[in-house]
Amino acid sequence: MMEGFLFGLLAVLTLSGAVGAALLRNLVHCALSLTLTFVGLALLYLNLDAQFVGLSQVLVYIGAVAILVVFAILLTGGAGKMPTHPTVSAGWRTGWLAAVAVGFVLIGALLHSPLPHSDVPAPEVTVQQIGRLLMGPYVLPLEIVAVLLTVALIGAVIVAMPERKGESK
Amino acid sequence: MNPGIASRVDQIFVILQHRIAELFPAVLQPWVAMILGVVGIVAVFPGIFALTTVLERKGLGRMQNRLGPNRVGPFGILQPIADAIKSLTKEDIVPRTADEVVHFLAPVVLVVAIFLGYAVLPVGRNMVLLKIDSGILFFFAIGASTELSIFMAGWSSRNKYSLLGAMRAVAQMISYEVPLLLAAVVAIMMTGSLSPTAIVRAQGGFTGFFPRWYVFTPWGFAGFVLFAIAALAETNRSPFDLPEGESELVAGYFTEYSGFKFALFFLGEYLGMMSIAGYGITLFLGGWGAPASFLEFIPSWAWFFAKLFLAIFFFIWLRGTLPRLRQDQLMNFAWKFMLPMTLLNLMVAAAWRFLGEWFGTGILAEGVRWLLCAAILAGAYVALALTLLRRQKIAARSYRYAD
Amino acid sequence: MLGEGILKGLAETAKNFAGSFVSEERLTTVEYPEVRLPQIENTRDFPFLVYDGNDPMAGLRCVSCQICEKECPPKCIYIIKSTDKKPDYVGKPQFYPARFDIDVSVCMSCQICVEVCPFDAIKMNTEFELSTDDRFGGLILDKHKLAKSNEYYQHIHPTEAAEVDGRLAEEKAKVEAKAKAAAEAAAAKAAAAKAAEGAAKAADRAADGASGQPSGAREGRA
Repeated sequence: MMEGFLFGLLAVLTLSGAVGAALLRNLVHCALSLTLTFVGLALLYLNLDAQFVGLSQVLVYIGAVAILVVFAILLTGGAGKMPTHPTVSAGWRTGWLAAVAVGFVLIGALLHSPLPHSDVPAPEVTVQQIGRLLMGPYVLPLEIVAVLLTVALIGAVIVAMPERKGESK
Repeated sequence: MNPGIASRVDQIFVILQHRIAELFPAVLQPWVAMILGVVGIVAVFPGIFALTTVLERKGLGRMQNRLGPNRVGPFGILQPIADAIKSLTKEDIVPRTADEVVHFLAPVVLVVAIFLGYAVLPVGRNMVLLKIDSGILFFFAIGASTELSIFMAGWSSRNKYSLLGAMRAVAQMISYEVPLLLAAVVAIMMTGSLSPTAIVRAQGGFTGFFPRWYVFTPWGFAGFVLFAIAALAETNRSPFDLPEGESELVAGYFTEYSGFKFALFFLGEYLGMMSIAGYGITLFLGGWGAPASFLEFIPSWAWFFAKLFLAIFFFIWLRGTLPRLRQDQLMNFAWKFMLPMTLLNLMVAAAWRFLGEWFGTGILAEGVRWLLCAAILAGAYVALALTLLRRQKIAARSYRYAD
Repeated sequence: MLGEGILKGLAETAKNFAGSFVSEERLTTVEYPEVRLPQIENTRDFPFLVYDGNDPMAGLRCVSCQICEKECPPKCIYIIKSTDKKPDYVGKPQFYPARFDIDVSVCMSCQICVEVCPFDAIKMNTEFELSTDDRFGGLILDKHKLAKSNEYYQHIHPTEAAEVDGRLAEEKAKVEAKAKAAAEAAAAKAAAAKAAEGAAKAADRAADGASGQPSGAREGRA
């Protein structure tokens, strides 16, 4: 009962954030609304006892991605500008159609997939276990991801570096 | 002293919490205990904040050979009450062009996020509100989300100073979050746990009468210093107070706030400072542990708050001493000094661990290990400092047009 | 080395922190309302109007020429010229300010009004405790509040006041000498031309003109 109520509350929070992100006129408001969705998602993870995922969600999405989005909006001059055309326009019809179709497919798939309705408790996954797995069997994928991100970082720095006069030709 | 009484004094707040909770029916007991803990945090830390504001002003005054506030109450100790009345009765001005909702939400989000950070802070033996495994991760996650409220405040005010202050604050906080996290990782790595309670427990115990705090190891000391510097920058304290530099940006991101909302920002800033100091104490200074074995009879919470006040005093001392940095100096320091040092410190901590396994536990082996790690860190410090200072040339200012 | 300066600075502030508790002479400030530092002679903040004699309104040196009003950069001076005239310190009939207001919340203490005043009528005050709970009217000083005696001016700025007084006395002496010379010339002319009683009358009239100044205006002059 209690858990269902909490889930409903968090779901409403997440979805209202998502709707706001799609429909609000001001870009910064959209970004803040998107952050609300991130918060809702993180709380949903925490509600499912997935501490590591939930807290990483806060750390990465709210602490970094939201800030990145906001910075991008401010640096590209998108803040303060309001779109002149109406939010819901004729061009949206295709979008709505696609969304409804995807929704039907997903709902159908959910209804027809045999979910094991058992009362087996979810396995207790502690942060320590995740850490051991990441540092043990999955250390190679982790390192590859790390190298990839470092390469991306260095690439970004090189792109952003001012060109020297002698080398420009 | 009777150990029974000592431990009871040590646990007095825990016992009190249980006694009060027992007055309620069994279903409500966990909730009541939780609420009591929350009330404790919400009462104690703002109280310390009030005390800190007056002590900071008095301390800064003394450092500048002044008396500091001395009018309200004996020695001016009631100054925070006067300040509170003033900020509560002031007119709450919202700029006409401001984004009202976001403008209102920003201080609320900030204070709520910072209060959340106290949930996993162990302030004494068995005195932690939320016993979760990944407490440190929780704290850093919460700390990261305060940046957004600062951006909200700066953007919604529609004021150039506010926006510039917010941009500076966010850029600075993001830059220093990396060294802050990496400096803290050392302690987590050596404990093998993200739980603050476990980290404090790992630093318990004494060699002779000397405590086994992490700060007394080379990597712990380096980590602590780096953590302290990053914490200063993270909380926008002097000398890293560029986002609210009075001479440049009026008050930075909260320029357009007045009355109680301004007080909330002020509260948030000090609470943030105290919580980050609390985590620094937990990670490196043995948390609520006593600094010597013969001082253990003093309750654990007293030690925690004594250390907290010491840390706050140090922050004030630095504020009274150092001038403000320039933006490029700030960023250079973060990326060219702090980051390499924290990364090297990680390596040194790992080396410490494995050298300990290889050398054995003799006093000589310990000494060699200690000196070796300290030498690596000191060498890196000298090398980085030299490269950081290398291009600093002091010359007469040149002008583009006036010359 | 990096960090050396920080340690030095920390030692210095620690010295100050501890020192301020032990030695009183380290403290650079005084507890203001009870203890006051002696005022420096060149202190100046807002303008005031100088008057001579005992009656502030009659003795105002201001002739309402409105040069200060025009020169004031933030335009904090407001003057209404009188319609009638009254004699000034040398006896010449002059206008006087029917209204003279200075809004000290606007005044920026630049002292330009003092520099441009040809009559030494406006000078800088040292009074700084002007706070008021009346937000709009309390900081607009009218001519009654602005008028301060010449003795007060001599008290707050002795050197400057002595110089001004010397200059004014010189000017007055010059005017008196001129009047006297004119009277003498007139007397000689009259004596030479007409009868003795006619000459005496003319001299009396000239002397009246020269000394026709406000009563007691020259008191306290060096």
